[in-house]
Amino acid sequence: MSFDFAVILAKGPAILAGLGVTVLIWIAGTLLGAVLGFLVATARRYGGRLADLVLSVPVEVLRGTPFLVQIFLLYFGGPYIGLRLDPVAAGLLGLTLYGAAYYAEIFRAGFQSVPPGHSEAAQCVGLTRFQTILHVQLPEMALLVLPPSMNMAVILLKETALLSLITVPEMTMTVQAIGSQQYAFVEALVVLALVYWALVEFANLLGRLAERRLSAYSA
Amino acid sequence: MTQPAISVRNVSKRFGETLVLRDINLEVPRGQVSCLIGPSGSGKSTLLRCMAFLEEATAGTIEIEGEALGVFEKDGKRRRQTPAELRRTRSKIGMVFQQFNLWPHMTALGNVSMALRRVRGLSRKAAEDRAMAQLVKVGLEERAGHYPSQLSGGQQQRVAIARALALDPTIMLFDEPTSALDPELTGEVLNVMRTLADEGMTMVVVTHEIGFAASVGNRVCFLDHGQLLFHDTPETVFAAPRHPRLEQFLDTYLDRGAQMLR
Repeated sequence: MSFDFAVILAKGPAILAGLGVTVLIWIAGTLLGAVLGFLVATARRYGGRLADLVLSVPVEVLRGTPFLVQIFLLYFGGPYIGLRLDPVAAGLLGLTLYGAAYYAEIFRAGFQSVPPGHSEAAQCVGLTRFQTILHVQLPEMALLVLPPSMNMAVILLKETALLSLITVPEMTMTVQAIGSQQYAFVEALVVLALVYWALVEFANLLGRLAERRLSAYSA
Repeated sequence: MTQPAISVRNVSKRFGETLVLRDINLEVPRGQVSCLIGPSGSGKSTLLRCMAFLEEATAGTIEIEGEALGVFEKDGKRRRQTPAELRRTRSKIGMVFQQFNLWPHMTALGNVSMALRRVRGLSRKAAEDRAMAQLVKVGLEERAGHYPSQLSGGQQQRVAIARALALDPTIMLFDEPTSALDPELTGEVLNVMRTLADEGMTMVVVTHEIGFAASVGNRVCFLDHGQLLFHDTPETVFAAPRHPRLEQFLDTYLDRGAQMLR
């Protein structure tokens, strides 16, 4: 028995299409998740005790259950409560919510890392709460939240493979289909692993560049 | 009759079970330097922070030039000001912290010009010109492009003073401005403060620098266990016979060069 990658690579355009779906859902889900997570962290910090308590529930549920179960519930369970989503929408929503729960925790730690005096100084020169978050707290926590944020982005990329199970036409589903058509399962999996790994390394490279840029002032 | 810069009326502050300020009444006169002294935990920093509404008094009110700060009493009820009202009253105040609290991701010039841009709405150019003028005033024009981490403690504190002054406050509050500095750097900060005092700025200074209080202060307020024991001119406060509690407090400063007061 020998490996035959040619049959997989012959399907290059189809694989690229799947890759495109994967990258789009990944980037959109990560960005939306980060923004939503930041809003949740902000609301928990400044929205009073009730907001903190109420928001802690979805955060804990999303962090405490498997992503696969979450997307199954969204996709197959959604219709029971009138939520009919096509696979891509369900996948994107699922990834966003899952990411948001983790990003909320990352930003919570970020807020805690900014010395309270720095916000007090901002208030004393007349900045609003919003301006203080935007111009003082967010940039100050950036360097601290960047490594866990990039790490989370990488995890989210790998989680997108599970979206094949709700028939999102992303890379895993595409390549697996090709593998079974061509009777080349293992080759398909090897190609799949290599492409994910390349994407992860690319993301890590971006993260390191951003980190270097941000650390300019912390001499 | 001139209105006081700050009126503190029946202010008490409680942190949980602990009563940190007990019914403080104080009028800070305009154009003078008032020094708050007292042992650690006497409540002097808390009182100063109440004057900037960084702490909210549990009872009592504070007025800045006749205007309510943070809370006001109406129909016998305590009410909070809106954030906009608070910012308006607070705009008369400049605050300087023990830990400087410069924003580390901005240069000295960025720290000083930020509020001019974001709060006053000046253009970047106009804000930086004014910020630079303030840095000249504290003698740091050559450090304008440096980040806080590249400045000494004394330089950082002078930037922090410039940052507060840039917004033209009429009152400057200093919370132990030299306590985080080694003695060599203390002098440069005190010199800047002395210049400000000479220009007639209303200043409230929480300090352990008894020498500064005696030589620059117009009023000295002595706090102990959350009570304002007395306030008067430094000549009167430091002249014998002193209050026994102050006597005891000053004794602890003998080794720190306060003998001149004896």
